[in-house]
Amino acid sequence: MINGFRITKPGILLLIGLFFITIIIAPYIAPFDPTDVKMGDRLKPISLEHFFGTDHLGRDVFSRILAGAQTTVGTSFLVLAISLLIGVPIGLVSGFVGGRLDRFLMRFVDAFMAFPDYIVAIILSGLLGPGIFNLVFAIVMVKWIGYARLARSTVLTEKQRDYILIAKVNGVGPMNILRRHMIPHVLGNVMVLATLDAGKIILMIASLSYIGLGAQPPIPEWGAMLNEAKAFFYNAPHLMLIPGLSIMVIVLIFNLVGDYLRDHYDVKNQNGGK
Amino acid sequence: MKQVGKRLLELVLFLFLLSFISFVFMKAAPGDPVRYILNIDDVSITDEQIEELREELGFNDPIYIQYLNWLMRFFQFDLGDSYMTKQPVLKELASKIPDTMALTFSSMAVMIMIAAPIGTLAALYKNKWIDHLSRIFALIGASIPSFWLGLLLMQLFSVKMGILPAMGKGTVLHLLMPSLTLGIAMAAVYVRLLRSSLLESLGQDFIRAAKSRGLSQRRIFLFHAFRHSLTPVITIFGVSLGSLLGGTVIIEVLFAYPGVGKLVVEAIVRRDYPIIQGYILFMGLFVVMINLLVDLSYRYLNPEIRLKGGDRR
Repeated sequence: MINGFRITKPGILLLIGLFFITIIIAPYIAPFDPTDVKMGDRLKPISLEHFFGTDHLGRDVFSRILAGAQTTVGTSFLVLAISLLIGVPIGLVSGFVGGRLDRFLMRFVDAFMAFPDYIVAIILSGLLGPGIFNLVFAIVMVKWIGYARLARSTVLTEKQRDYILIAKVNGVGPMNILRRHMIPHVLGNVMVLATLDAGKIILMIASLSYIGLGAQPPIPEWGAMLNEAKAFFYNAPHLMLIPGLSIMVIVLIFNLVGDYLRDHYDVKNQNGGK
Repeated sequence: MKQVGKRLLELVLFLFLLSFISFVFMKAAPGDPVRYILNIDDVSITDEQIEELREELGFNDPIYIQYLNWLMRFFQFDLGDSYMTKQPVLKELASKIPDTMALTFSSMAVMIMIAAPIGTLAALYKNKWIDHLSRIFALIGASIPSFWLGLLLMQLFSVKMGILPAMGKGTVLHLLMPSLTLGIAMAAVYVRLLRSSLLESLGQDFIRAAKSRGLSQRRIFLFHAFRHSLTPVITIFGVSLGSLLGGTVIIEVLFAYPGVGKLVVEAIVRRDYPIIQGYILFMGLFVVMINLLVDLSYRYLNPEIRLKGGDRR
């Protein structure tokens, strides 16, 4: 499954399967209510009853981690879905139509691209006020651009190919070319980028929630849990350890799958390393 | 030279657009700075006072008038005064920028100290244990939340061992943990990048030519392959310097390090518009300048580009 420290196909499938099963059944296997406050049980260390201990309000950390998996992963998927819906059509049209529209759109996109994504996300979500939907909006604003660029560059490469020319000569209309030939190519590339991006988005959600933007208590979100754990840094280090480890593991899974897809479908990173 | 002039013109246009968009967005966002300002002064607030302050700050004018006023002052090198401290924004930013720069550059130093040797060794010993180790390092480095890494370091060096200060600024020791945090996370990307770039360079014709001329392995590596492989590394470097500055915001908040990042997060919370606007402009200027420098550095590193007349790759 792991060949020379490189993951292989069965390994990837197993990983994806395990991941989705865990996310879906998470709330059903949680031993406690993730928002149930029990002041008598506060800051309990790791034990058989509470696998990951309890937090400052006596809530079971294991249950909160499980519930948080849905919040964190769900939010990042929402961000991805909206970014795709905005970015891909813009890139498709820009690349396909070309000319002045393309130049105008890409000038705009380049200007946006130059600005650090974390700073834009922090300023946007900070000004809009804390909350998960404002966070989603802020991250979408920085993420759609990558998809627009990728869709555009894929269209531009495909446009040069002979088979498109032949299709045109044979009288296939532009809408049909777009639908039958362009979109499948674009979607393949976009899926790879999306997988690689999912990890980055999770990291961004967690970072912003950590500095107090994004998810607000009592919503179980891993970054927000770390924010709450800050005050108990000395007394209860497990509160800090476990959410961070969870973030790392999930991001690691996305990165492994994303790297695998990229290596096998040979997509250049259009995002300039961002 | 013509290219540089064109780029400078674009830069001015970009900053103008940026300032306008951010200005309008700030005004449209929820939250009212007036209440924060009056709360700081800690008196019971009357509606009259609120109205008076709104008038004084020009909030009652239409938004384009407000922007024009801001622009007029901008051309006199005046970015307005902070609502919080009543100090000029330029002075506030100028007092924090050196600390953020110190953090940025020491993070880069940490990154280079980790990435350069590991990346080089990984390329030289391709598919040996050091290469595998570098892959695992890169994978974990790209997956670890940087602020959490910071928390772990804090737990280790400040709480358990008690050898490094956890918060604030002052000495080199204060700088060590934040730069380690940022540097390690960044190094993860560059280790793999440097490795693949070196491997690609080593397969080039001019390396074979150098070998056939009988140059020593070490000389070929240092003066030919290494230099050639720096071009893509520097491109990504330029792009990610921006993300590094974004990362400093989180790390500054985490370590209570008083740089521009922490300043702007506080300003956002209190709706201190002039500070936010000033920060955005500064960042925009900085990022565009870096991109310009990256372009110019190509000419030095890759003779091919210089000979072809300075086209961007």
